[in-house]
Amino acid sequence: MTSPFRAAVVLFPGSNRERDAARALKLATGHDPAIVWHDDRALPEGTDLVVLPGGFSYGDYLRCGAIAARAHIMDAVREHAARGGLVLGICNGFQILCEAGLLPGALLRNAGQRFICRRQSLRVETNATRFAAHYAVGDVIDVAIAHGEGNYFAESQTLDELEGAGRVAFRYCDAQGEVGGAANPNGSLRDIAGVYSENFNVLGLMPHPENFVDALVGGTDGRAMFASLAAA
Amino acid sequence: MKARVVVTLKSAVLDPQGKAIEGALKSLGVAGVASVRQGKVFDIELEGADPAAAKSALEDACEKLLANTIVENYTISLA
Repeated sequence: MTSPFRAAVVLFPGSNRERDAARALKLATGHDPAIVWHDDRALPEGTDLVVLPGGFSYGDYLRCGAIAARAHIMDAVREHAARGGLVLGICNGFQILCEAGLLPGALLRNAGQRFICRRQSLRVETNATRFAAHYAVGDVIDVAIAHGEGNYFAESQTLDELEGAGRVAFRYCDAQGEVGGAANPNGSLRDIAGVYSENFNVLGLMPHPENFVDALVGGTDGRAMFASLAAA
Repeated sequence: MKARVVVTLKSAVLDPQGKAIEGALKSLGVAGVASVRQGKVFDIELEGADPAAAKSALEDACEKLLANTIVENYTISLA
């Protein structure tokens, strides 16, 4: 790569994990990402990666991510994705990507009705992407989840297509890497925690890798995602 | 012209909120409750008096924003 990796974090009213995302990006790339306002019309020139951070954009009004998905900046994000640019949506960012039609499916209320905020193991399902190259397939990583609407739903035909094309990024599992049963925190179909777009340049996931990049907060398993991206 | 849009989860989609409400109604002793599904109601005032134009604008609104048609159905009624 000739120029340094440029990341931009989109800030919506009600986003609250943008600083965590920015910190993880700085750790991996050596410099601060641009912060882009939801009402801006364009991304900074030369943006390689757009991050839609976690939070409660627009107070989760109507449906989680529904209003943010129609914000002006999302037109620029759509164009960026169509050009093959990288987009990472975390938690509310994943909900926004689904609402925007950049990823298939929808995130419904957790099957157990409760907001869940705790550590969660994930199994890496593929590493042949620019987001996960620094993981190995089958790695069990320890990150955090913090959501009330993380129950992934798509028609069974869509789920079959996702699985057939290797587009399931991560599945919820227990500490040993076993999926199913109580290891699924929110009722997500086929234990899906994150999915890729058709061209693998857009990733959405409910868990928070950006919160686990510093041993000070109890884990560093999220680092490899940002390191993979910075090396992409 | 006034309109009402009702958005409900598709029948194949789990509705944990409806289930919780169903459970609460049963525990309150409300007789004869078989099941509950929760939805959303939008009361919308429209300019103009052409029902066909209103219907088409509301369908546009539902498809673009009010409903997520992956998981929800909508019905439109004009008053």
